[in-house]
Amino acid sequence: MSVFIIRRLLQSMIVVAVMSLIVFVGVNVVGDPVDMLINPEADQAEIERVIRDLGLDRPLHEQYMYFVANAFKGDLGKSFVFGESALKLIVERIPATFELALTALLLAVVIGVPFGVYAGMRPNAISSRTIMAGSILGFSLPTFWVGLMMIMVFAVMLGWLPSTGRGDTVEIFGIEVSFLTLDGLSHLFMPALNLALLKISLVIRLARAGTREAMHQDYVKFARAKGLSETRVILVHVLKNIMIPVVTVLGLEFGSLIAFSVVTETVFAWPGMGKLLIDALHNLDRPIIVAYLMIIVLVFVVINLIVDIFYSVLDPRVRLKDAGQ
Amino acid sequence: MSADAPTLDVRGLKTHFFTKAGVARAVDGVDFTVGKGEVVGLVGESGSGKSVTGFSIIGLVDPPGRVVSGEVLFNGQNLIGLSPEKMRKLRGNRIAMIFQDPMMTLNPVLRVDTQMVETIRAHDKSVSKADALARARDALGQVGIPAPDERLKSYPHQFSGGMRQRVAIAIALLNKPDLIIADEPTTALDVTIQGQILYEAQKLCRETGTSMIWITHDLAVVAGLADKICVMYGGRIVEQGAIDDVLDHPVHPYTRGLLGSVPGHNTRGQRLYQIPGMAPSLLNLPEGCAFQARCPKADEVCKKEPEITEPIKGREIRCFHPHLDQDEEIGA
Repeated sequence: MSVFIIRRLLQSMIVVAVMSLIVFVGVNVVGDPVDMLINPEADQAEIERVIRDLGLDRPLHEQYMYFVANAFKGDLGKSFVFGESALKLIVERIPATFELALTALLLAVVIGVPFGVYAGMRPNAISSRTIMAGSILGFSLPTFWVGLMMIMVFAVMLGWLPSTGRGDTVEIFGIEVSFLTLDGLSHLFMPALNLALLKISLVIRLARAGTREAMHQDYVKFARAKGLSETRVILVHVLKNIMIPVVTVLGLEFGSLIAFSVVTETVFAWPGMGKLLIDALHNLDRPIIVAYLMIIVLVFVVINLIVDIFYSVLDPRVRLKDAGQ
Repeated sequence: MSADAPTLDVRGLKTHFFTKAGVARAVDGVDFTVGKGEVVGLVGESGSGKSVTGFSIIGLVDPPGRVVSGEVLFNGQNLIGLSPEKMRKLRGNRIAMIFQDPMMTLNPVLRVDTQMVETIRAHDKSVSKADALARARDALGQVGIPAPDERLKSYPHQFSGGMRQRVAIAIALLNKPDLIIADEPTTALDVTIQGQILYEAQKLCRETGTSMIWITHDLAVVAGLADKICVMYGGRIVEQGAIDDVLDHPVHPYTRGLLGSVPGHNTRGQRLYQIPGMAPSLLNLPEGCAFQARCPKADEVCKKEPEITEPIKGREIRCFHPHLDQDEEIGA
């Protein structure tokens, strides 16, 4: 197991190094931040002073080496706009985004698995077909449009839920969270559901396919032949088997939840990393963009590692193979 | 209930599958009994309806299949039409089943102890977990699994095929059932393991007085194991009787053909006999005797349904032209 983790960590470091290069070069190709930052009435001497201050007069490879050297010290540069550490700005926003993404993930499992299992047990029932048709909608409707419609219906027309912001937050372990206050929860629910919609559909389809397959397996028939109740057959024998693909896929999709939160956060004005990124893109605030992408890469790498470890917990057969190495 | 009443009495059992292509009459009028402590071999080729007969008895026929008529009297109680909950209480408790493929019957993600304890607790909630574990350990020991205490904590993939089948048998034995239905439990195993499993199964039946239905296509397996044999063809039992009588003096042309196609000592060097033609599709069985198209003795009268007759004492057959003269050449 430890050999496996060390090997995976080395692979992850290579991925991070390559990504940093791609991101750094990529950001330098899009537009000139100086045009955006400087007062149009500034004179040439002023412009050159700013360029020098930002370090943009150096050749690209020097800029990159400087960036890497600082990155090892935990410094991903200063925001052009805020003049503060880019890393600090992003880290401040991480709890909000993670809270949103984790809630969405929870909703995906809590809503997706029961519906999927139900549809898998009665594949021809009208209720099951309705669920599957709904999941197609969940897949194909654009997130931002659904978000806007939700605000229209639940915030504007019915007035049940607030349309924007995080609401009241409580601090635990120095992290601000919304889900512990009623006001925070009411702010959290709509954006989380919006973000979760795609994943709910995905989980429904996975759970349905898994259930349909498992129901025809001999071990289910044998479980019935043992006289187990239908509840136990489904909740233990079938569910534990279908959770293997569901956990794998959801784990890998957690990264994309964070990435997709850019859209949801913008629609619901949720003060997370995604909104910061969109603002940074508008202003061509390079250090923020680079720092955001580096953090996303790290998140993906860590998630993949956790999924691999968790997978072996769920599926005993994977454990054995690893032990045999 | 009298003392000599059979454990199981199947009468006129019909199980049909209602598919899009038509009605498949997988089991089409099956009658047999299993006495207390008796081992009955249910023999036939693929598609003869032997497995479906087993599943019909335990009430686990998958849709689109359905038991359309007949009675399954288990200790005098008719199982057909019993409520699902009453049926569940019998399954795994009074009637147990062992499946063909030991690689597939145990749930891969649950430990053996979980799968054994739940079988006990499904039928008797008052058994404590510790007692259930002790019973599970004893059952594993009973089927010859070494170090049962350690093996309880294992997952199915950590067992070999033969060991997994032993675990499945141990699970079937847990609640000391009156009847075990074994659906080709040795087919997926190699010959040495097969021999061991057969030996264990026979020993356990003798020890516990459990009745058993052993479904197989392998005549050699039932020869050493069963007391009685039922030969199935096209969804019906075509010949049944005491095992030695039937194997030594088969009367039905199909049984004769089946026995003739087993390689033996006195057929060495000769071309092995083969029943001509193929097993008929269950979707369109011919009128009358299902075997007529392949039978060397078939004539006009076989287009009618053959009734059950008893030409020799203790031997029931469905045939108009039984081979009562035993000197006749097979296939003649």
